[in-house]
Amino acid sequence: MPRFRVAVHVIPRKGILDPQGKAVRDALHTLGFGSVVDAHVGRHLVLEVDAPAEADATAGVRAMCDKLLANPVTEDYEIAGVQLA
Amino acid sequence: MKFGIVLFPGTNRDGDAWDAVTGPLGATAVRLWHKDHDLQGADVVILPGGFSYGDYLRAGAIARFSPIMQEVAAFARSGGPVIGICNGFQILCEAHLLPGALLRNASLQFRSMPVTLRVENAATRFTNQYRAGQLLRVPIAHGDGRFAIDPDGLRALEDAGQVVFRYTDRHGVPTEGANPNGSLDNIAGIINATGNVMGLMPHPENAIDPMLGSTDGLGIFTSLLAHVGA
Repeated sequence: MPRFRVAVHVIPRKGILDPQGKAVRDALHTLGFGSVVDAHVGRHLVLEVDAPAEADATAGVRAMCDKLLANPVTEDYEIAGVQLA
Repeated sequence: MKFGIVLFPGTNRDGDAWDAVTGPLGATAVRLWHKDHDLQGADVVILPGGFSYGDYLRAGAIARFSPIMQEVAAFARSGGPVIGICNGFQILCEAHLLPGALLRNASLQFRSMPVTLRVENAATRFTNQYRAGQLLRVPIAHGDGRFAIDPDGLRALEDAGQVVFRYTDRHGVPTEGANPNGSLDNIAGIINATGNVMGLMPHPENAIDPMLGSTDGLGIFTSLLAHVGA
C-alpha cells in the first residue's frame, strides 16, 4: 500500500483573539516591516499515512483533524499538501 | 464521602486536591490512575491541575482520550458530580463535557497570583455554601486560561446562569484590569446545563488554610459535602 505524506495547517479561527499573531505582527513592525497588515500563528503537522489512494489519505487526515488535531471551537484546518512519501 | 482524584502523567496538583478534601473536610480520597477503567466508587471526581501530557498539541487534548476519561464521561453523563480545576477545566472542555475552550492568556504570560472571584451562581451543588455576589480570594496559576466560545454559546451560558465564577476587582466589578487572561465576560468558571460538571481556572484547593492567606476555596468542597452527604 502506498504511503503518503500529508501536511496540515491548523490556524486560529478568524475573529478569535490571537495574541501570538498580534505579538509577531508588532515585532515585525518594530523591525521595519510596515507592510505586514496581520499575522497568525498556528501549527503545521506532517503525517505519514498508509492508504490505498491519495483521496483516502486526505479523508483519514480530515477525520483526525475533526477528532484531535484541531479544536472545533477555536481553530480551522486545511490540508496544505499531499505527496507520496 | 469519597473523592476520586484523577492522575494523568504531568498532573501536579493532585496532592493539593487530596489535602483539601481529606484535611479540613475529613472526607476520604482515592487516586485514579489514567490507565484505569474504574472510578473505585468515588462520589465526586476531581480532575486536578497540572500539565497533563505536557500540554502537547493543546492543553487537555490528549488527556481526554485516556482510559479513565471514558469512565469519567460516563459518570458525568449519568449525573455524577465532576469538577475540573485549571488543567482539569481544559480537559473537560476538550472532552466536550463543558462548552467552549481555553486558549493562551491574552498577555501571553503565565499568571500565578491571587485573584478576586465573584460567585455568580450559588444555587449549584458546587457553590451552595456561598451566597450569590460573594467575593472570594483564590489563586490562579496558568498560561492557557482565556475562556473562548462562539457568541451564541456565550449568550446561552449567560442566560442559563451557567457562569459560576467571574474575575472582578476587589469591589466586585468585572473590569478589564481584573481579568487575568482575557476570558470572555471575565469568565473564571462554568457549569454544564445539567448542573453536575463544573470547571474553573482558579485553584480553590490552594485556598483552604489561613496559613496560605485564604480559606475562601473551602466552600466548593463543603458544598459538595452538603450535597452528596458525608
